[in-house]
Amino acid sequence: MEKHNFVTIADMSREKILYMLNMAQEFEKRPNREILKGKVVATLFFEPSTRTRLSFETAANRLGARVIGFADPKVTSGTKGETLKDTILMVANYADVIVMRHYIEGAAQYAGEVTNVPIINAGDGAHQHPSQCMLDLYSIYKTQGTLENLNLYLVGDLKYGRTVHSLIMAMRHFNPTFHFVAPKELAMPEEYKIYCREYGIRFEEHNEFNEDIISDADILYMTRVQKERFSDLMEYERVKNVYILKSDMLSKAKSNMRILHPLPRVNEIAYDVDLNPHAYYIQQAGNGLFAREAIFCDVLGITLDEVKNDKTIIL
Amino acid sequence: MNANKKERLVAAIQNGTVIDHIPSEKIFQVVALLALEDLATPVTIGCNYRSKKLNKKGIIKVEDKFFTDEEISRLSVVAPNVILNIIKDFEVVEKKMVTTPDMLKGIVRCNNPKCITNNEPMYTVFHTVDKEKGIIRCHYCEKEQFIDKVELV
Repeated sequence: MEKHNFVTIADMSREKILYMLNMAQEFEKRPNREILKGKVVATLFFEPSTRTRLSFETAANRLGARVIGFADPKVTSGTKGETLKDTILMVANYADVIVMRHYIEGAAQYAGEVTNVPIINAGDGAHQHPSQCMLDLYSIYKTQGTLENLNLYLVGDLKYGRTVHSLIMAMRHFNPTFHFVAPKELAMPEEYKIYCREYGIRFEEHNEFNEDIISDADILYMTRVQKERFSDLMEYERVKNVYILKSDMLSKAKSNMRILHPLPRVNEIAYDVDLNPHAYYIQQAGNGLFAREAIFCDVLGITLDEVKNDKTIIL
Repeated sequence: MNANKKERLVAAIQNGTVIDHIPSEKIFQVVALLALEDLATPVTIGCNYRSKKLNKKGIIKVEDKFFTDEEISRLSVVAPNVILNIIKDFEVVEKKMVTTPDMLKGIVRCNNPKCITNNEPMYTVFHTVDKEKGIIRCHYCEKEQFIDKVELV
C-alpha cells in the first residue's frame, strides 16, 4: 500500500469503507500500540476545533507517534501573509503526516497536491470532514452490526450540515432509506436530492418531528439548528423548539435504534435523553479515536494485515 | 439585395479563421478574450447580422491566425456554441464547433469566495459535469456552477 491523502469521502468505494471499518475494529480491540513509533504527526489547525484536534492527537499518541503543530491560527505565519502552500511545504520538511483543519474550502485537496507527505483533512470549511464521517459510519456499523438496508433519519440543519451530506454519499453503497426531517429554511438542498435520485437512494422528507415519525428509525442523526443560519429570525423562533429530541419521544422507537450527533450539542437533545439506552452520541465521539487510528495507518501505507499482525501492541 | 451580395458586405479572407455564430452581445468579450486588438493582421468584426439560429449574430474574421486549443477552450466559456471556420486559400478546410472541454484549467474563477482558489495564488481547475446545461464543478471546493455565471480569470 502506498502513502496517500485522506481528503474526501465522496469517492471512497464500498470496499474501502468496509476495509477502514475493519481496521477501526482492530484498533478498538487493541488501541495502544507503537506501530507509528518514530513518526512525527503535524496537526495544523488554521481554525480552532478542540474536539477534533484532541481526537487526532490522542490517536497519534496511542500509536506511539510524536505530535507537533498549532491549535490557534493566530500564532501562524498565515496571519503574516504566508501562503498555505509555503506553510505546508515548510511543515512537510518536519512531519511524516499532516492533519489539517482549515476554514477555506478545498484547502486540504490543494495541500495534498503540493506535497508528497500524506494530508488528512480534519475539516475544510463547509466542504468536507471525512474523519467525522468515518466515525459516524463506524458508530452505525458497530451499533447495527451492518451498514446494509438501514433507515436513517437526519434531523435539524440539513442545509449547511456537512456531516449529513457526507453521510448520504458514503451510505449510497449500502441501500439505505433516508428521512430528512428539517424546517423549510434548513431543508436538504436540491443538489443532494438529485444525488440521491442519481444513485437510487430512497428518501422521504418531513417537516414534523414526533414519536410516530421516528418509530421505524434505525439511526436518528441529530444536528444543531443554529440561529445564525436563519435570514428570518421569526422563522427561527417558530422552529427552534420543534426539532428538539426529548426522552418521551422515544417510547415507540425500535430497540436497536441509536441516536447520533456530531457534537457539540446545545439544546437539540434534551438532557433527559442522555440516560436513555438509545443515546449513543458520547460513545460515538469516542469511536473517533479508533477511526482516526485507522486513518493514520492507512495514509501511511500500513495495511489491515499489518495491523492485525502488529507486534507492537501494548497490553 | 440578394443573399450573395449580403455575404459580400464582409470581405473574404485568403487564410485565417472565421468565427461565426457569436451572440451579438458577446462579440466584444470574444475580442478581448482572444486579444484580437494585439494582432497585427487584418481583423474584421461584425455584429447584428441576421441569423436563423440566433436572430442576431456576430462574425469575426481574422487573417493569418489559427487559434490554439487553449484559446478555443477559453472561447467556449464566453460563447459555447460558436463555429470556427478554418480558411485556407479562400476555402473552408475545417469547421470546428466550440464545445466546453472536460477540464478547464486556469480559465475561470470559482464563484465561492471561501474556495481555496480565491484565497491562494494558484490555478483554478474545473470539471465539466453537464455540457448541455453548462454545469461545471470546482475541483477544490466541489461547488457546481453554471458556466455562464462564472468570470474569466
